[in-house]
Amino acid sequence: MKPEELEVKAAAQIAKQQAFDVRLFTCSSRGCQSADALGVITALKAEIKAKQLDAKVQVSGSGCLGLCGRGPLILMKSKTQKDVMFCDMTAALAPKIVTQVVVPMLSGSKIEQPGGDLATKTLDLNDPFFALQEFVVLCNNGKMDPEKLDEYIACGGYTGLRKALGMSAEDICKEILASGLRGRGGAGFPTGRKWELTRKVEGDVKYIICNGDEGDPGAFMDGSTLEGDPHTVIEGMLIGARAINATHGVFYIRAEYPLAVERIEKALRQARAAGLVGKNILDSGWNFDFELRLGAGAFVCGEETALIASIEGKRGTPRPRPPFPAVKGLFDKPSCINNVETFANVTRILQHDAAWYAARGTAESKGTKLFALTGKSKNNGLVEVPMGMTLRTIVDLVGGGTGTDHKVKAIQTGGPSGGMIPVHLFDTPVSYEHLKKLGSIMGSGGMIVIDDHDSVVELARFYLDFCVDESCGKCAPCRIGGKQMLTLLDRFVAGKGTEEDIKTIRRIAKAMQLASLCALGQTAPNPVLSAIHHFEPEFRARMQSPAAKQA
Amino acid sequence: MSTPIEATTVKAAAPKGDMISTLANKWKSKPGSLIMALHELQVKVGFVQRESAMRLGHEMGVPLAQIYEVVTFYNYFKTEAPGKYIISVCLGTACHLKGAGGVLASLSAELKVPEGHSTPDKEYHLQAVRCLGCCGLAPCVSVNNKVYAKLKPEDGRHVIECIQIDKPMIDIEQESVTD
Repeated sequence: MKPEELEVKAAAQIAKQQAFDVRLFTCSSRGCQSADALGVITALKAEIKAKQLDAKVQVSGSGCLGLCGRGPLILMKSKTQKDVMFCDMTAALAPKIVTQVVVPMLSGSKIEQPGGDLATKTLDLNDPFFALQEFVVLCNNGKMDPEKLDEYIACGGYTGLRKALGMSAEDICKEILASGLRGRGGAGFPTGRKWELTRKVEGDVKYIICNGDEGDPGAFMDGSTLEGDPHTVIEGMLIGARAINATHGVFYIRAEYPLAVERIEKALRQARAAGLVGKNILDSGWNFDFELRLGAGAFVCGEETALIASIEGKRGTPRPRPPFPAVKGLFDKPSCINNVETFANVTRILQHDAAWYAARGTAESKGTKLFALTGKSKNNGLVEVPMGMTLRTIVDLVGGGTGTDHKVKAIQTGGPSGGMIPVHLFDTPVSYEHLKKLGSIMGSGGMIVIDDHDSVVELARFYLDFCVDESCGKCAPCRIGGKQMLTLLDRFVAGKGTEEDIKTIRRIAKAMQLASLCALGQTAPNPVLSAIHHFEPEFRARMQSPAAKQA
Repeated sequence: MSTPIEATTVKAAAPKGDMISTLANKWKSKPGSLIMALHELQVKVGFVQRESAMRLGHEMGVPLAQIYEVVTFYNYFKTEAPGKYIISVCLGTACHLKGAGGVLASLSAELKVPEGHSTPDKEYHLQAVRCLGCCGLAPCVSVNNKVYAKLKPEDGRHVIECIQIDKPMIDIEQESVTD
């Protein structure tokens, strides 16, 4: 494909889309598919066909529409009226959207609020859940079918790559550095700097790797991004490849995400056929292609040296750094590993520019962040908010509080590597720097709402148990320290903790943080320490009473 | 629709030698592809049998010890034949907070097997998994890739009844990790 053809294709696709009076986007991501979204799509298509509306109404899949807890979701876009979102859809109910809403609309009636069976099945798009979000990564969701390349191109797809092809590697690194983008995997290292480091390393073979392992239990941002907008991630990797002069690309995706794997495979096939991946990309003479590797259920493989070992077909154990992967990575060649969400952000930065991107966020954290808002939140789902929004706004307004008569007690960010943040600190803005000050981390974006009926002692144990189970066993601080700490926590869970146990937990935590080989062991104590720090009375309540001790 | 690499059944008996040869030939020229070959083997047969592992190692030029190093490290690989219906109870954080422990307990009571085991008739295999990525629908259980969502802790019997009606099965011979 020649670069100019992108515009031609986009224009043709937009004209095609504009021919439809109504477009019905049904979320076809994993969550909604689990609730029979495909049955809903089939039912909609059948009804449209029966009413002979094929020329006027488009039925399409879509990336995640956000409110996963109310899926399957359908977003209705029309020429004449405001967007409407339908929730809790079933194959039986969906055809009624056609008969009760679409047909009257096409004959000129204005539908303010659907009645009948659909009365309780519409969502207010002015609700803070939707109104407070800002879409950068997710901006194509609800606008295109993730399985169609032409629709992605109509959304401005691959214009970022086109721009990157006209820039020097150094200039791409500079642009990303200027945008202020930091690694979305959780550690927050500036992406531009990482790329610049890898770019400077000489090598005839160089890898760029997408970390789609997302092992944090309770997080699904990366899976949703891969499923909902695969071409955005591919485009970001291509831009990264140009920036560091990579010769090979590798997708590493966890095997528990079969739909993400399928969508990436399909998108790669489409991009190859269109000359966007493979030989002579966009007629530039540049050749670049990808391989796909699956994880096999090991949390530690999110760590970059363990991930490299896993791609090499070995046990996923980390190794000491240096040498860093930028110097000696996959098959001992220079390699750069970035998270799915990072690559998606890169695409948007190049599709716009660094200043556009850096206009959002705080001094040290730019852009937006995806969160998987779950747990005891009223609204459960995937959200994207600008950096700097306070935790209170996210939990109470976007999340809608608990939605029950229970009160929010805390949130956990960063999953098993993060920490708990109590409600009295909720005025903290979400950013790498602010969350770190509170003893938590941004992490990859899991955000679990905890209510006053949940025990933080038991939740701390849950996370530590996870890390102990997932420890690869290579280094002693993590392997032994975690296990010992778990034994102590078990005493608290059983109501038999002591003052001394808290001191010992702190001592072990210190050793793990200082001496563990990789981030898994270094951060495993975080949930426990933050729980003790913010909720000491709960631990005290689980201590053995002096009377019982004597007995 | 989705490629159910998680969904595996034990329909097939010992894998045919030529299947393993094909598999080995496909992957052995690509460096570091042992895990991909094992994924494909497990999708086709349901688990990594000792005999298959030996043949695969022989054909790919990988020592058996190295194969077992990998198979035993990763949670995903099974070394024993699982039941016909693999019931994966999500114990991710969202599910945990919403009573997944109870769901697992009621399923365990209903099937009379502990977690990680199959019923004697090999109909059901009960296992806990870390996160299915359907946190918005917590707590949830996946059976051969069909997800039962928003369960209550006492729903064990209900899930088994649903399985008996839906019979979620995937023709494993038709499915492949890659194409």
